[in-house]
Amino acid sequence: MADTMQFDLVSPERRLASMAVTEVDIPGVEGDMTAMPGHTPTITTLRPGLVRARGGEGEGDYVVTGGFAEIGAEGITVLAERAIPRGEMTQAHLDEMIAEAKAARDRAKEAYPNEPGPVDDAARLLEDMVAVGSHIGLDPKQASL
Amino acid sequence: MPSLKDLKNRIESVKSTRKITKAMQMVAAAKLRRAQEAAEMSRPYAERFAAVMGQLAASVGDSDTAPKLLTGTGRDQTHLLVVMTAERGLCGGFNANIAKLARQKAEALVAEGKTVRILTVGKKGRDALRRDWSEHFVGHVDLSEVKRVGYGDAQRIAKDVLDRFDAEEFDVATIFFSRFQNVVTQIPTATQIIPAQFDAPEDDGATTLYDYEPGEEEILAELLPKGVATQIFSALLENGASEQGARMSAMDNATRNAGEMIDKLTIEYNRSRQAAITNELIEIISGAEAL
Repeated sequence: MADTMQFDLVSPERRLASMAVTEVDIPGVEGDMTAMPGHTPTITTLRPGLVRARGGEGEGDYVVTGGFAEIGAEGITVLAERAIPRGEMTQAHLDEMIAEAKAARDRAKEAYPNEPGPVDDAARLLEDMVAVGSHIGLDPKQASL
Repeated sequence: MPSLKDLKNRIESVKSTRKITKAMQMVAAAKLRRAQEAAEMSRPYAERFAAVMGQLAASVGDSDTAPKLLTGTGRDQTHLLVVMTAERGLCGGFNANIAKLARQKAEALVAEGKTVRILTVGKKGRDALRRDWSEHFVGHVDLSEVKRVGYGDAQRIAKDVLDRFDAEEFDVATIFFSRFQNVVTQIPTATQIIPAQFDAPEDDGATTLYDYEPGEEEILAELLPKGVATQIFSALLENGASEQGARMSAMDNATRNAGEMIDKLTIEYNRSRQAAITNELIEIISGAEAL
């Protein structure tokens, strides 16, 4: 078993990271997981959260808003809809994401007045977004929700 | 025969045209490099995405509950053609070629008795198709304010398309764009995006069996709309690179033509000047002889 594995983080617009690491935290939709070399091949969708890569050549924290991760034999590929290195994450980014999530929730409420499913999904997305914000020390402006 | 002054004006005007085309060529070259880089950057995402989707699609296959975006509505009566062109002209046959391909496809579909709807992205394609197909237009996406195409723009277009799909406005969607091969070659391409088509994974016996969280179908249902956005995004980027490439070679040709024209006009100018001088001399000499 190899000690490190290849970790790639790509968004539609650019490749954010490509390096050998020993472990990666992934905010899976059914719960966080930490993938280490030799992990069972898995494909999971992501909820908004932090992807953390550790060890090997370097480490990095990235805020992702969704997408999916593919854990394979050779390594991990995270395909994020939108990914921002934690260092570059600003209040403006967070505000924008939260505003987007909020708009999505309101749209869901309007479109499915009698079905709780989509509304709950959108509301959970919004909560996740807010949680990411407070987790990395930015002000999610809860009051405005 | 034009007078000397006319010729001189003409030469000056062609010279300023050449300056403009030369400048446009250089601007296009700079933009092309950026557009190519952007297309390059988006490739890893699109490739991985297609690979995973291919796997998923193959394993969910024809099950009855498979999402409609994958299996289609079961009909192919109404077609949506998404015609993506540039917002600006002066780029050779770029816009015309895409419009031509779309028109051929639309004609073929109408001949088969299908309903055709057209969604245009970019002003030039709309203008090109307006005369014959305007009654088929269902919408237009304006990107003229967008300096640099981002994923957000693709998402916007994808959302428009998906909303129409949910409202059962069409059964099959095809995008038209130009694939960038090199500066002189851009290939107008049509790709079907709904129902989604993926290359089946190579069945070499070594395919990994994945665990799926949540289930395969849930993942597929979530990823398919993103797949539409991803495909539109790569098409937009390819289009961007193609547009700049086409403009660059068109402007290169224009600059060269202007140069040739200037040479020709200069020769003509010098000849007429010489003729005028010779004429004057003859007049003076014959005047002197007559005395």
